Amino acid sequence: MQTQELISIASQVRRDILRMVHGCQSGHPGGSLGCTDLLVSLYFDAMNLKLNATNDQVVFNMSGLNEDVFFLSNGHISPVLYSVLARRGYFPINELSTFRKINSRLQGHPTPHEHLEGIRIASGSLGQGLSVAIGVAQAKKLNDDSSIVYCLMGDGEQNEGQVWEAAMYAPHHKADNLIAFIDVNGQQIDGPTEKIMNNRDLQLKYEAFGWKVLHVDGHDMAGLQSCLANAKQMLGNDIPVMILMKTEMGAGVDFMMGSHKWHGVAPNDQQLEEALSQLSETLGDY
Amino acid sequence: MSIYTYETKKDTRSGFGAGMEFLSLTNPKVVALCADLIGSLKLEPFIKNCPERFFQTGIAEANMIGIAAGLSIGGYIPFATTFANFGTGRVYDQIRQSVAYSGKNVKIACSHAGLTLGEDGATHQILEDIGLMKMLPGMVVINPCDYNQTKAATIAVANYNGPVYLRFGRPVVPVFTPEDQEFVIGKAIKLIEGSDVSIFATGHLVWESILAADILKENGVHAEVINIHTIKPLDTQAILDSVKKTKCLVSAEEHQINGGLGDSIAQYLATSMPFPQEFVGVNDSFGESGKPADLMDKYGLNAASIVEKALKAISRK
Repeated sequence: MQTQELISIASQVRRDILRMVHGCQSGHPGGSLGCTDLLVSLYFDAMNLKLNATNDQVVFNMSGLNEDVFFLSNGHISPVLYSVLARRGYFPINELSTFRKINSRLQGHPTPHEHLEGIRIASGSLGQGLSVAIGVAQAKKLNDDSSIVYCLMGDGEQNEGQVWEAAMYAPHHKADNLIAFIDVNGQQIDGPTEKIMNNRDLQLKYEAFGWKVLHVDGHDMAGLQSCLANAKQMLGNDIPVMILMKTEMGAGVDFMMGSHKWHGVAPNDQQLEEALSQLSETLGDY
Repeated sequence: MSIYTYETKKDTRSGFGAGMEFLSLTNPKVVALCADLIGSLKLEPFIKNCPERFFQTGIAEANMIGIAAGLSIGGYIPFATTFANFGTGRVYDQIRQSVAYSGKNVKIACSHAGLTLGEDGATHQILEDIGLMKMLPGMVVINPCDYNQTKAATIAVANYNGPVYLRFGRPVVPVFTPEDQEFVIGKAIKLIEGSDVSIFATGHLVWESILAADILKENGVHAEVINIHTIKPLDTQAILDSVKKTKCLVSAEEHQINGGLGDSIAQYLATSMPFPQEFVGVNDSFGESGKPADLMDKYGLNAASIVEKALKAISRK
């Protein structure tokens, strides 16, 4: 897809995110806005998804056999995943209005428990998604399925010990059909990651564990596209790929950027209006 | 004399290994994971037969549960294996989120449950695992009683679609169930017919319950012995049918009383047909180092304790 089209979709996704968290007055807008460009570039450009042959609509199969699959490990940024899945056609766009409300399939954190198309694992309790993604990558190998597994984690999430168990396991088991990302926004709930628990040099760490490490600006759509194309080229050589993606929490809304204040806070009516005024309605609000 | 005899004693974990060996040859969707305890889990034949379907995770149980969940998404039937303590309590949240809540077809198969791993002591002797696992919505919990039944249960859970906790142990115990007995998840097995007291036992305590019934019989007490190999879903019909007749009961398990099989039975009967119940299990304490038989005696997990509790239950009628 053309870069400009992706940028246009991302603007709508950011509007969805803001309206969703405003609608229930809860949820996590900061990280969701920060990862919008990545998820749009994945689902609308990089990923090879299973489509219905007659109408070209996406078809959801739990197994993800013979298609690329994505796992969101930092499940609290569910608004961006829900918006992208709905906009990509996995479930009705209107359902976004039910986010975090009673009897909704759009739980605060994603889960297959409610049979929402596009969701294959529950996430929210941090540190588990990379392990799951590696397991799926290994299942693909057993199935002679050459498609790719993607996984996104947060940089605060790197505090979890299980992440490093998985980091050690993937290169050892040659999970070279896996591309993982860390959303390096430098923030976690209690403050800057440098102060709360310093990740120090993530590139050195992952390289020491046996990964190929790339860097990308998470808000440069063309850069994301070329980085993903580059990462795909590197697969198949026994080595998994880790992309350290520099982002800004709250990206796209000026007053939400530059701090962790908007990690888990919903905008009020006035703030919503101000935020939406900075983002074009490109595909029509739900 | 008992109607049950045995020719050999074997460990239930070897029954698991034999079940996995059978599955290695018969079910190409079954995969196994192990956290650096291949020998203890008796996985060598499985690995020899299908090395490509075995995943060594190293000493990293949390990751193992996640990898297993991922393999199940890809259509495989993973058996995640280690000691019961490290496969349940240590990774409770991973099982809760990535397996149970996510509804994944993962089998958590654990050896060295209970006191009978012996000398390693309380750090390795989990007595809370049945409780932890049965609390998870949708989780099936199975504790077979001997080698044959563990082998049959292993094969049965592979054919069941959903999360399962399969618990077995290290010591050699009498092999008395038929080699060809079908294992039906959730279907209790009546071993001895009786009219004075019902003994509901699971795991290693099933054989002790048979011994207890023999002792009671010599004293003119006719105990009914029922093997509750599946703690969840509980065979409530079998329990009700038995207690309607005997009007009192004893539960017996190598587990904490709090949260175990007896607790499930009591909860069920309290809301349907309450009768005097006595509990054989560990009473709110950790285990310790020692020979398995000495530990079972010290903590009252033997035939003598079951006899004592049975007589007490009868006296409370």
